[in-house]
Amino acid sequence: MQWREGLLDMSDPTVSIALKARQLHVSLADTPVLHGIDLDIAAGQWTSIVGPNGAGKSTLLKALAGLLPTAGHVELLGQPLHSLPARTRALQLAWLGQNETTADDLKVWDVAMLGRLPHHSWLGASSPEDHAVVEQALRATHAWEWRERALGQLSAGERQRVLLARALAVKAPVLLMDEPLANLDPPHQADWLQLVLALVAQGCTVVSVLHEISMALHADTTVVMAQGRITHHGSCADEQTQRAVEQVFDHRLAIHALAGQWVAIPANN
Amino acid sequence: MNLAAWRLAMVLLLLSATLMLLGVCIGSAGFEDLLRPLVYPQVDPAHSALASQIVLDIRLPRTIGAWTAGALLGLAGAVAQGLFRNPLADPYLLGSASGAALAVALALLAMGSASGIFGNTFSVYSGSLLVRMGLTGAAFVGAVLAVMLTLILSRGVQHTLRLLLAGVVVGVVLGAATQLVLLFSPESLQAMQSFMLGSTAFAGWAACGLMLGVWLLSVAIAWALGRVLDGLSLGETTARSLGLPVAAIRLVLIIVLAVATGTAVAQTGLIAFVGLAAPHLVRSLLSTGYRWLIVLASLMGGVLLLAADVMARWLIAPQELPVGIVTAVLGGAYLLWLMHRNAMARGTA
Repeated sequence: MQWREGLLDMSDPTVSIALKARQLHVSLADTPVLHGIDLDIAAGQWTSIVGPNGAGKSTLLKALAGLLPTAGHVELLGQPLHSLPARTRALQLAWLGQNETTADDLKVWDVAMLGRLPHHSWLGASSPEDHAVVEQALRATHAWEWRERALGQLSAGERQRVLLARALAVKAPVLLMDEPLANLDPPHQADWLQLVLALVAQGCTVVSVLHEISMALHADTTVVMAQGRITHHGSCADEQTQRAVEQVFDHRLAIHALAGQWVAIPANN
Repeated sequence: MNLAAWRLAMVLLLLSATLMLLGVCIGSAGFEDLLRPLVYPQVDPAHSALASQIVLDIRLPRTIGAWTAGALLGLAGAVAQGLFRNPLADPYLLGSASGAALAVALALLAMGSASGIFGNTFSVYSGSLLVRMGLTGAAFVGAVLAVMLTLILSRGVQHTLRLLLAGVVVGVVLGAATQLVLLFSPESLQAMQSFMLGSTAFAGWAACGLMLGVWLLSVAIAWALGRVLDGLSLGETTARSLGLPVAAIRLVLIIVLAVATGTAVAQTGLIAFVGLAAPHLVRSLLSTGYRWLIVLASLMGGVLLLAADVMARWLIAPQELPVGIVTAVLGGAYLLWLMHRNAMARGTA
């Protein structure tokens, strides 16, 4: 997949940390959800975040994207996140949330084109470059043939691929995805994996919250979370990381090597 | 270039022009009365002067006024539905209707006591420009103040659900206050009723000019914010991730909503259903972003209210139905039909 060649001019090659969090605290409706997170996310790598429901994974991802009021310090590509103008941040960091959209009446093409909003004024017409990027994004997620259809006419999995294309169309050097595999069938989960690997190969930084542990173990590193804290952060091939994942899920799953991959299956105890 | 949208816009404009022509011709004197003196100079000049007065000073502004008020309501409905990401949102949602009603009731009360002193009668049917201006101004101010009250009660625009609930509370409380005021001034009940039902009968040229001005401005702002509204429809988090200043955009949209609704309500009273139905009718015909949806919903609103106005004058002529009743019955029936058709198409009926 030849995708986003030469479009990483925003990222400074001297920055090796794409996202840096120090003493990050987040409260939602007066309930503390994150308790002092310290985290370095390496640039040009794929980092996955795993943990049981309610561990604070999505909240952490939102905080890293600057989409939540937080206490503590976050840096994006070496710059303090909260002092970045919204549009500058939007150009550097793309976001794919979960279960949000009601844009049923928009055509697939128009939805993907919204990813270009940070690139020009709201009044300006879309440029040929915008068109090229949107086409590339829709083709990359195999959503191109629906471009004239309304989003509301698609199935949940098909929508998810359109929304992924929307996030790709931003062409940001950092891409954050919250449960991007939701509603995707296994072949398209495999496609997603190839897409992420291709993005990372071209220098993009990818962070994704995943419930599919076997998928998450394809990442370069995994952040393991429980109860608003990071219990472990390390390479997925590392024995310690795998034990940490098993532990955070109460040893109800076990990680095994199979055909050169790590797979998580229900533990039989 | 959106061909389907252009085509629908052209159809709606053509329909508007046809309905306007119909609206001007229906009644005791029509266009032919205007043309006759040109062809037959021997016709009584007094009669043709009267006819031209009826057509040019009453019927034409009324027809244009009906279209513009409908266009304002259609636009406001589309903006409200985009703002709240809720297909059931209508222009009166933030309390503007009840605010306008309360203000009109208070104005009637004040005028009632004033007329007691001066010994003349009054009603919304009064031809007195002063009374009309007073009621119109009161309705507009009331609508805008009610929206401001809603904004204060919801403590800003951060939470759309809170805004909606505050709007409901304001609507109920101001509605009760209106009833209370009417209890003390039973003589204004009839005038009040005609305001609540809505009527296009009083729109003059000044009202037309004002509404057209507000409409053009609102369309321009809504067009400029159309892509941003599309962005908002992806959800608040995604919208903010795209760098959109969500709160500021909401505030601007609420101002457009309040002013457009207030202007329409002030001139024509509480016309039911046009604001809710117009965007849905457009959506049932094509899928498009907010830019076009707002423009088309606006044109659709104009066509709806104009059609309802023509029907209201024609169905039981020479009597006239309150146009609000016609819009409610027609709009409600059509929406219901649309709902069931869509449900059937999706196999959920």
